[in-house]
Amino acid sequence: MTEIAVPTAAQPAVAPPPRIQIPEFEIVPRKGLFIVAAVLVLLIAAIAVNREWPLVFLHVAFGAGWTIIDLFLGLILGPIMGRMSVPARVEFTTRLMPKMVLIMPTVVAVTLAAGWQLGNKLGTVQSSYPLHGWLVASYIIVGVMAVLALGLLEPANIAVLCELKKPRPNPPVIERLMKRFIYCAGVLGVMQVATLVIMTRLASS
Amino acid sequence: MSARNGAETDERRLPPVTQLAMLSLALIVTGGIYLAAHIPQHVPLAPAVALLAASILLLIGNLFSLTRVDGFAWPTFFGVAKWALLAYAVIAGLIEYAFLRNHLRGGALVVLTLSLVVFAIHVPTLIGFTVARFADA
Repeated sequence: MTEIAVPTAAQPAVAPPPRIQIPEFEIVPRKGLFIVAAVLVLLIAAIAVNREWPLVFLHVAFGAGWTIIDLFLGLILGPIMGRMSVPARVEFTTRLMPKMVLIMPTVVAVTLAAGWQLGNKLGTVQSSYPLHGWLVASYIIVGVMAVLALGLLEPANIAVLCELKKPRPNPPVIERLMKRFIYCAGVLGVMQVATLVIMTRLASS
Repeated sequence: MSARNGAETDERRLPPVTQLAMLSLALIVTGGIYLAAHIPQHVPLAPAVALLAASILLLIGNLFSLTRVDGFAWPTFFGVAKWALLAYAVIAGLIEYAFLRNHLRGGALVVLTLSLVVFAIHVPTLIGFTVARFADA
């Protein structure tokens, strides 16, 4: 278990900063890798057999997971985490973020790969599809979300966990990375609303 | 300021790796959307090739600029980036499989495959950089 010094302006100059205990955690939960591997095998099988039901199941189930996680993390949990005390936030972070390292890339990869395969099977990715403009709009939104998630969110997620693994974690670095993570999750949450609008429009056509 | 403080507060002069990597990713995503939006029509590949070439140049520039940073925590960078590379290579492989399963051929396949290579290298680079920038060399 590691300890971290909490920066507090009100502390007397001579008093040592209070220490927070950081629980033991794995940056990448090894047990979770087996679940990820099983999901990816299911995805490959679904693409290989190219049947509608498995593709719809994977696309809808994992897409719903992606949307709900982004909305909940960005609009509900993010602001709550921002108001938590530092010790509470550190404990919450060490329990939540290792799981996110595995969950988010998996739900995104499965949603997109199954969705692309489904679109090919149903012909909705063809430019002759009547709602093609809506589909291209979804590509653009997913593209922007991918760049934000890959460029800002995922590196911040892993960096904050690596920082917390250090013998002497640095609170300002953790604070900065967590802010990046929470703001980015908020933007992605808002963008997921646009995805919901497009997907429900396509599904109801 | 001590070396540790420099690493802690990230006040060292570092190249804009994150910004360039995001721009590089945005370019290949734009190229991918351009190609995907025209399926199954024949579409000029030149715009997608230009976007891919610019993205590759940014990747090379980013890697080169990192090698010029004094005191960069390379062991930390490689320690993180190698596992991220493995993970993103698997994801890129899955996407490539979906392309091949749908009989994507020719120039579009080459452009999209190279885009996936850029993706699979640049994202781990970015993750490794974000961790290593706060580490002591």
